[in-house]
Amino acid sequence: MISGRLKALFLRGPIGLTVVSIILGFTVGGIVLVVAGFNPFEAYGAILKGTFSKPKYIAYVIIYATPLIMTGLSVAFAMRTGLFNIGAEGQFIVGAMVAAMAGYALHLPIWLHVPLCLLLAMMAAALWGGLAGYIKARFGVHEVISTIMLNWTAFYLSNWSLTLSGFGKPGTGKSFTIQETARIDLFSQWKISKEGIQFIRSHEYLGDVLKAPVNLGIVVAIVLALLVWYILNRTTLGYELRAVGFNPHAAEYGGINVKRSIVTSMSIAGGLAGAAGALQVMGVSHKIAKLAVMEGYGFDGIAVALIGNNSGPGSVLAGFLFGGLKYGGSKIQDAVGAPTEVISIVVGTIILFIAMPKLIQTLLKFKKG
Amino acid sequence: MTTITKKFGDFVANDAINLKVHRGEVHALLGENGAGKTTLMNILYGILQPTSGTIRINGRELKVTDPNVAIRHGIGMVHQHFMLVETFTVTENIVLGNEPTRSFGVLDMETAEREVAELSERYGLAVDPKALIQDLSVGSQQRVEILKTLYRGAEILILDEPTAVLTPLEIQELVGIIRNLTEAGKSIIIITHKLGEIKQVADFCTIIRRGLHVDTVDVNTVSEAELAAKMVGREVSFKVEKKKQVPGETILEIQGLCVEGGRGLPAVDGLDLKLRKGEILGIAGVDGNGQSELIEALTGLRKVKSGSIIMRGKNITNLSPGKIIEEHKIAHIPEDRQKRGLVFEFDIAENLILQSYGKPPFSKRFSLLWDNIYQNAERLIEKFDIRPQHPATPARALSGGNQQKMIIAREVSHEPELLIAAQPTRGLDVGAIEYVHRALVAERDRGKAVLLISFELDEVLNVSDRIAVIYEGKIVGILDAEGVDENEVGLLMAGGTA
Repeated sequence: MISGRLKALFLRGPIGLTVVSIILGFTVGGIVLVVAGFNPFEAYGAILKGTFSKPKYIAYVIIYATPLIMTGLSVAFAMRTGLFNIGAEGQFIVGAMVAAMAGYALHLPIWLHVPLCLLLAMMAAALWGGLAGYIKARFGVHEVISTIMLNWTAFYLSNWSLTLSGFGKPGTGKSFTIQETARIDLFSQWKISKEGIQFIRSHEYLGDVLKAPVNLGIVVAIVLALLVWYILNRTTLGYELRAVGFNPHAAEYGGINVKRSIVTSMSIAGGLAGAAGALQVMGVSHKIAKLAVMEGYGFDGIAVALIGNNSGPGSVLAGFLFGGLKYGGSKIQDAVGAPTEVISIVVGTIILFIAMPKLIQTLLKFKKG
Repeated sequence: MTTITKKFGDFVANDAINLKVHRGEVHALLGENGAGKTTLMNILYGILQPTSGTIRINGRELKVTDPNVAIRHGIGMVHQHFMLVETFTVTENIVLGNEPTRSFGVLDMETAEREVAELSERYGLAVDPKALIQDLSVGSQQRVEILKTLYRGAEILILDEPTAVLTPLEIQELVGIIRNLTEAGKSIIIITHKLGEIKQVADFCTIIRRGLHVDTVDVNTVSEAELAAKMVGREVSFKVEKKKQVPGETILEIQGLCVEGGRGLPAVDGLDLKLRKGEILGIAGVDGNGQSELIEALTGLRKVKSGSIIMRGKNITNLSPGKIIEEHKIAHIPEDRQKRGLVFEFDIAENLILQSYGKPPFSKRFSLLWDNIYQNAERLIEKFDIRPQHPATPARALSGGNQQKMIIAREVSHEPELLIAAQPTRGLDVGAIEYVHRALVAERDRGKAVLLISFELDEVLNVSDRIAVIYEGKIVGILDAEGVDENEVGLLMAGGTA
């Protein structure tokens, strides 16, 4: 019974589609490598080795995946309400900026400082996302247009904020580092203490993990993913948002306030992307720097959401896949000399195939029959 | 077409169906929703490939691998939902894909327009070749579709439910067009489940039931009742059974209602109407006289410009749809069931709580109680005979009739004081129509008020206790249904005075 249902989910549902798309994505990437004169097995082997061969690498994959999971959640949540949140990038920037400000300016005990920092960042980013929702509900401006513009607004707002005295560290193009009490790094003080160094040297595995800037971000990301799943599938709010996403006319007929749903959904999406920005500052960078280009966490979130079938758990898995590819992919340049951009080709191809469910279904049937 | 069989997996959509159409004949294809009519025609037009069976045209066997092959062999199809480019002119749409060109591929619009004008004159299909599609009425758009097939040299025309979207007057014009075409030697296959139309235009009729070929009959030798029985597989009563009932007090009062239509013009223009408990008030009228706007105003989906709507003594003008459903106990079977009435991606259980998801027993504070939601679905599926009987079936997988049953189940389960039924039987087959009518009468018998809006005059006459005729946004006459003169209603509908 259960295996039958799993099989059905695989053959007709989203899982089979995703798995086949991922396989095809790697195949196409492999072909590109062959054409470019590299051995794809060596290249992919280097990625695997660079991802799994040392505990430290795995820790890095998790660190890479954390923000992607959350921007993925942001895009996925909006998508469920029929909204395309291209603005996760800007919401990420706003979240990072506010977290850096609150992390530096406030002086509080750690148990208060950390949650407050995260909360303020999420609220600011929720307003940022909600603004796009409001513009859509009130004036009918499509969210793709408004969020793209808000991305650039956030970009320059963040760079401008670094010129403020008391936030930007003069002459560095960076902000002041946040207080210790606003950080979510694990064992950061202890690691550089005498005992810590001793521990890292003497414990092969744990010590290796600790060489990476491990932090609590992943825990928050997974909690948020579960929360997204719960809201969408188990609450009246989720029912409303999904109804609006699938058929706004029917939702309106059923008495659901469609305009309010659009604002709510974009606000929640904004908050999720803002959490990604905040955790990145609180756990990894500890400050923000002047941006020369968009960092791309929000845009990668679109890919993560698509691969994760716009669901909470899916975004977590896709975030890990993407984080692994990003981190492991950076190593093939050194290992076999192949360009890192091959990873972009793989990801792009996966999404291309996911967007062609008919083709995959035909392939699955062909394999079966 | 001989012994055509089409299987989708284990499901047999067409089971060894035979269909023979002669030159110059109108052949009707009759069957309930989901009987396999459209599948058969899609096979003829090359959209689907048959699992087995053969197609012969003028005696020659033919493999119709795609629609281009069908078009080359003189088969043309007019789909139920038109396939026209709204911002193009009539001529541009007709020549699309076969554009006449001068040298260097320059479009020759003059020639095209001349040809189109010539065609439209020859078959009596009056349209302005230079008009834009978006400015045309539905009837004219259909004529453009027919012209398109003729322009491509069609000898056999398939019309898929051609009257579903037309007004009575437009239907009469279409009948004239069909006659002109057959006189010119064209053959017509008309897919329909309206018996009256078959009697009116068709020469022969092939009846399909659940994918099986039931019979092919000469239309002149059978009655409508016989056709209906063959289609449904049992006797069908056209008469709506209902007891006499004395209506109670006034429940809904509409005074001087003005509502703007889509283009900012007044669609409802100073409308007055009273509705009492325990009666079915039918609104008769030709499509486009303000019916849609009236319903949307009553249900809060469209803003009222002036006037008032009083429900049980309380003013409900311009309240939100949620308030009107919740506090004022108005339920609504929407005119466009797929756009308004249901969410395709939701399953039956989810669709059944579209208005009540936020209330007990379906939710507690913010959490949905799925066990109760599914129990509710099982109960309503049983009571209203919705098929398939599984609550987790997505709405998109239901037939039109079952989608409508689901909507009725939901609306009636709210225990409304007023039920607004807009076009409740549109696109349904005879069996489902009977069901819907019974449900409406049952609500009335329970002392509730029912407002029925329909473009089918027969339906209004059969089901209602009183009939209000709407014309250009006003009620121009209210008649007792008992012993009403159909011609009188018809005259009022057309703007005449009784």
